[in-house]
Amino acid sequence: MKKVGNHNSNSRKMFLSLAMMLAFSFSSFAQDAAPAAPTEAAPAAATTGGDPVKGKALFNSNCAACHKLDAKSTGPALRGVADKHEKEWLYKWIHNSSDMIKSGDPAAVKLFNENNKSVMTSFPQLSNEDIDNIIAYTSEPKAEPAAALPGAQAGADAAQGSGSNNNVILGVLALVLVVLVVMLFMVNNVLRKVAKANGIEVAPKAQRTPIWKAFVKNQFLVLVSCVFLLLASGYFVYGYLMQVGVDQDYQPIQPIHYSHKIHAGDNEINCKYCHSAARVSKTAGIPSLNVCMNCHKNISEVAETTATPEYSKAFYDAQIQKLYDAVGWDKTTQSYTGKTQPVKWVRIHNLPDFVYFNHSQHVTVGGIECQTCHGPVETYEIQKQFAPLTMGWCVDCHRKTDVKMEGNGYYKKIHEELSKKYGVEKLTEAQMGGLECGKCHY
Amino acid sequence: MSSNKKYWKSVEELENGSIVEALRNNEFVEEIPTDEFLANADSMSSSSTSRRDFLKYVGFSTAAATLAACEGPVHKSIPYVLQPEQIIPGVADYYATSVFDGFDFANLLVKTREGRPIKIENNTIVGAKFAANARIHASILSLYDSMRLKSPKIESKDSSWSVVDSKIKSSIADAKAKGGQVVLLTNTLASPSTEKLIADFIAANPNAKHVVYDAVSSSAALDAFESVYGERALVDYDFSKASLIVSVGADFLGDWQGGGYDTGYVQGRIPRNGKMSRHFQLEANMTLSGAAADKRLPMTVANQKQALVHIYNVVTGSAVAVNLAPELKAEVTKAAQQLKAAGSKGLLVSGIQDKNAQLLVLAINQVLASEAFTTVGVREIRKGSDEKVAQLVNDMKAGSVHTLIMSGVNPVYTLADSASFVEGLKKVKTSVALSLKEDETALASTIAAPVAHYLESWGDLVLTKGTYSLTQPTIRPLFDTKQFQDVLMSVNGLTGTYYDYLKAYSSSFIAGSTWNKVLHDGVFVGAPQALSGGTADYASAANALSKSKAAEGLELVLYTKTGLGDGQQANNPWLQEFPDPITRVSWDNYVTVSNADAKTLGLSNEIVANGGLNGSYATITTADGTKLENVPVIVQPGQAVGTVGLAVGYGRKAALKEEMQVGVNAYALYKGFKDVQSVTLVEAGGEHEFACVQGQKTLMGRGDIIKETSLEIFNTKDAKIWNETPKVSLDHKEVEATSVDLWESFDRSVGHHFNLSIDLNACTGCGACVIACHAENNVPVVGKAEVRRSRDMHWLRIDRYYSSEETFVGDNERKEGIAGLSSSLSTFNEMEIASDNPQVSFQPVMCQHCNHAPCETVCPVAATSHGRQGQNHMAYNRCVGTRYCANNCPYKVRRFNWFLYNKNSEFDYHMNDDLGRMVLNPDVNVRSRGVMEKCSFCIQSTQAVILEAKRQGREVAKDEFNNACACSAACSSGAMVFGDVNDKESEVAKLAESERMYHLLEHVGTKPNVFYHVKVRNT
Repeated sequence: MKKVGNHNSNSRKMFLSLAMMLAFSFSSFAQDAAPAAPTEAAPAAATTGGDPVKGKALFNSNCAACHKLDAKSTGPALRGVADKHEKEWLYKWIHNSSDMIKSGDPAAVKLFNENNKSVMTSFPQLSNEDIDNIIAYTSEPKAEPAAALPGAQAGADAAQGSGSNNNVILGVLALVLVVLVVMLFMVNNVLRKVAKANGIEVAPKAQRTPIWKAFVKNQFLVLVSCVFLLLASGYFVYGYLMQVGVDQDYQPIQPIHYSHKIHAGDNEINCKYCHSAARVSKTAGIPSLNVCMNCHKNISEVAETTATPEYSKAFYDAQIQKLYDAVGWDKTTQSYTGKTQPVKWVRIHNLPDFVYFNHSQHVTVGGIECQTCHGPVETYEIQKQFAPLTMGWCVDCHRKTDVKMEGNGYYKKIHEELSKKYGVEKLTEAQMGGLECGKCHY
Repeated sequence: MSSNKKYWKSVEELENGSIVEALRNNEFVEEIPTDEFLANADSMSSSSTSRRDFLKYVGFSTAAATLAACEGPVHKSIPYVLQPEQIIPGVADYYATSVFDGFDFANLLVKTREGRPIKIENNTIVGAKFAANARIHASILSLYDSMRLKSPKIESKDSSWSVVDSKIKSSIADAKAKGGQVVLLTNTLASPSTEKLIADFIAANPNAKHVVYDAVSSSAALDAFESVYGERALVDYDFSKASLIVSVGADFLGDWQGGGYDTGYVQGRIPRNGKMSRHFQLEANMTLSGAAADKRLPMTVANQKQALVHIYNVVTGSAVAVNLAPELKAEVTKAAQQLKAAGSKGLLVSGIQDKNAQLLVLAINQVLASEAFTTVGVREIRKGSDEKVAQLVNDMKAGSVHTLIMSGVNPVYTLADSASFVEGLKKVKTSVALSLKEDETALASTIAAPVAHYLESWGDLVLTKGTYSLTQPTIRPLFDTKQFQDVLMSVNGLTGTYYDYLKAYSSSFIAGSTWNKVLHDGVFVGAPQALSGGTADYASAANALSKSKAAEGLELVLYTKTGLGDGQQANNPWLQEFPDPITRVSWDNYVTVSNADAKTLGLSNEIVANGGLNGSYATITTADGTKLENVPVIVQPGQAVGTVGLAVGYGRKAALKEEMQVGVNAYALYKGFKDVQSVTLVEAGGEHEFACVQGQKTLMGRGDIIKETSLEIFNTKDAKIWNETPKVSLDHKEVEATSVDLWESFDRSVGHHFNLSIDLNACTGCGACVIACHAENNVPVVGKAEVRRSRDMHWLRIDRYYSSEETFVGDNERKEGIAGLSSSLSTFNEMEIASDNPQVSFQPVMCQHCNHAPCETVCPVAATSHGRQGQNHMAYNRCVGTRYCANNCPYKVRRFNWFLYNKNSEFDYHMNDDLGRMVLNPDVNVRSRGVMEKCSFCIQSTQAVILEAKRQGREVAKDEFNNACACSAACSSGAMVFGDVNDKESEVAKLAESERMYHLLEHVGTKPNVFYHVKVRNT
């Protein structure tokens, strides 16, 4: 298992030298810090007379569930729809498409058949002006995606560049040091010669007992040092042993780069939407792929703004494609192929077999936030183990945490009796018997 | 001057100096054959690897392995691609189903986790009256049997179903063309849709016929019932309505006529308002029913026949001449008179395999107008006809059978004359064995076709007339299997699935309900009608029976054991390791011999130095000369003199793991489907090593372990007399042991406090709890050799005690009468020997969860500690295996893992193969070597019940905890009740207040959370 928590001396040295390098190469990094601002598409010529900004808002709230601008989704791609159909026709279609199909409008029937005979929701609430706005939005020319890519590329270049810069700086530094040493030697030589020339005898140093001999002779000091060394090594050995099997910060590379930051952070999807089993089961459950498809049926690519210098849009889109490959979804025909390939995630939180842990006890009954144990997951680009998952960590929380009893019929009687017994209103998990061995080990 | 004395160390040195000289120079007289195990000496010496290098490599690899071990493995986690709606990982699903395998039947709930069934539970819905026995509980493991037939085979070569189907079809067509017989040989099906398919098949093929074969026959009872009531069925007795039960050789608490009578029987056995039923048992072998009886009369089957006629005489007032010894006659008369007096509250049952005897049973119950004897909802679970099977074998030998299709039967193993069957099978053109295993019959047939286990199958069952149960799959077929019904549909030319057929066909049985409702409930109860009663010539039946002759020599009485039954599940390690409730011997069958006969025949049992039980071997020879050699002998207290018992179901070889190939095949002696054979027994020399879990047979008058009293004393005397609290001395005064305490007690008034109540009156020793505990708690199987070393892992054992006097009360009195050392030595010696007709008591013992537990105080690492809910916790990961706790436990219920029992080829049972491990309960840890384990009161389930309540924000419902413990949930007789004594409404709290309540070894002061109820016998 990859262990990140174990900082041995080697890694510490590396870290220090890296820090030095960074300090020297700061200037070269500074330029990357400037945000690669996505180039906003210039407002297109409003050929339809609508307001594309308003149109965008309307599009996102009404149409985006089934339509995309540039790709087929449940419905066809809508960019340039005004070129394909008359405006009046579009008003009618949007207000009530099924009527048109029934009445046998050839264009309508054709469209209906082309899209797997899925009926489009009627939008009688949209005024003609609203539709104009939407059409204005859909008539905008496609934004150039070029801006994002070079940004990411530049980032990568910069990362490489900084490596070579560091080498140059190190080389120069070494050269300077060598020059300094040589100069020192030469100065010393010159001074000696001057002294000799002046007839000054440099008295040889008196032979003193070497410090190590003195140390060996002083038995008390030896004893104290030995004790100190033993204690110190004991301390480190203990520290080493105690972290065996503790995988805090374990952050394996997963088969699909799934970003909790995008899902739980940026899009504020509730944890328990995907990990629904956490409410009722002992395991939180890794969502099955059909749960992903609830949204990703329509989201086949990320927005331009999602891309970061580190991960490009193409990178994220490739991850969504991995999902499609696994679940057997054909983007072009918008249908399942039936060829599935389960995803083999690397398990991050591994409790030993002899520990029983139940999510629903903590999530549903205790009302504990997921973040209490799993950390600020909504900020994690790559998921990692936040807590040490040691027994001390569990017990610590059980000692401190008050049991959430309000409104739970199960605790009504027990709470009355226990609070009388302990003379407190709030009871910790430990007082409820949450430290007993058999509650978790069986 | 130096002495000439010769000093010598041994006679050899004095007399023969050369040996000593040789020994002085050479430690070993003979040269040690090092070359043999060092292979080639030359290559060894020329090797460049020196000893030093070798040690370096060892050191390096050890260090490398140690370092590598610090790195944890990478675990993969693979979710569903499309998660089925009803499956949530970590949450159990339950499916109602029913089973009938030709021998056992039950209405079940199957617990599944992540789509795999892991445990059998009883369906408790109204109408589901048949609870699972030990074998049904264990059948879940037979699903994951790695020795199952995995794909069809033709002539022992792998084939496919399409080939098999076409072969069967063409063979049937060929038979039709040539006029040969097509025979379907099946077990009793009790499945209306299957019977319909067979009827359709026969209608389309007039040359076809259906023969029903029960390996263990109930033909006599069926014939008798058929001749009187016109229907081939068995009475479904209601024992709860009987206040006086006379059983003549019927082990109704065992497998007699399918069994399943314990629930009703026990209802009358618990004293209520000073009343309980009275039970006379006349029998040859010691059975569970005999153990439960108030009065047991051991007698030969010949005598039983006479006794039955005598009872018939008394009840009906006839005067058929009876040939019975006077003292026996007097005892039988008592029973018969009480039976007559009980009238409609009386019940007579008999297991004598004789049509005349079974006719008398009908006659007596008709005269009594017994309420327990009802023809409403008769049992449809046995249909087999001995005559037709015999006819089939003759037809086969004559070569008139062209195609034989067998399902659910293994005649090559179960038929006494299996040689004739095999001979006939060779003359059959196409023989198809539809079987779970590649068993003896499948090996001898042309086509061996794998069928689905009942947990993978659809099906319908009419167990009793008027009820309708559905069998539904709980997992997809593990192998390339088909159901028998699918094969029938294919030969009938029907398309579609059997599921659709079943669904369509079920509508006529479930009028007023829906398919989904019946599937959910598992059963549907209609309105069964009583059969119109007929009569028969009972008098001549009685006459004929009274003239039946006694057997020459010894009477061999064949029976089925609680563990293996008819032997279908012989490859099930849970059942093999299950100790027989009576003899407490596992992994074997044996001939049971009475003490008197053993003495005359020179047969014996003894406990040898390592604590194991040894027994003589005997050779059994039947009247026609069939021999069964080297049958181990158990001297059985209570065995009727002149009879010996032997269980069928053992001695199988085909499709069994090597460890399971134990015992002898007693079916070889099941001549003419008669369970009584006249045999001679001869000592065969040699000693058999048994794996017996209980060496101590008798109670030695320790009346505080099993408290027993008679109904009379129970009704008339104060509880202090018959349920005395033991006294201890405190400050030189006798005080009650319960009043003395070394420890301060926890405050247990808040929250739950779990207690388990065990009623010794209700416990029949059936062992369902033992197997259920195995399944729930991942208890390992250790094998015969380890059981013999007393290393069995059963968390729950059922101790069986015999009385050394006629009664346990007599034992106590005898012990009280001991005066002085010499008297105590001789008396105790004598009391170790069980009486020839002892009383028998069962006592389930598991961890008593002492509130003041001796084990907890001695654990050096605090691995075992006490919970506030009353459970004694065992933290396996903390245990270092000192075994102090086991030594300090007065109840000896702690079990130590001497070895690693999972993934270890030395213990090749279910935990050693991937398939067998699928039965493991994911909520319970699988223990490793060097760890102590014991009953946990199923803490995983009690916690689950509490969590469920918390999640729903309610209090735990009344008696909701009872189903938490695997043992109490499995107990169909209600002997075990588990619950929270702090909930004053709960049943267990009421039982704890009962006057009959006592704790085991109360004087030790452990304050257990398990309590027992004094056994009351209606003598």
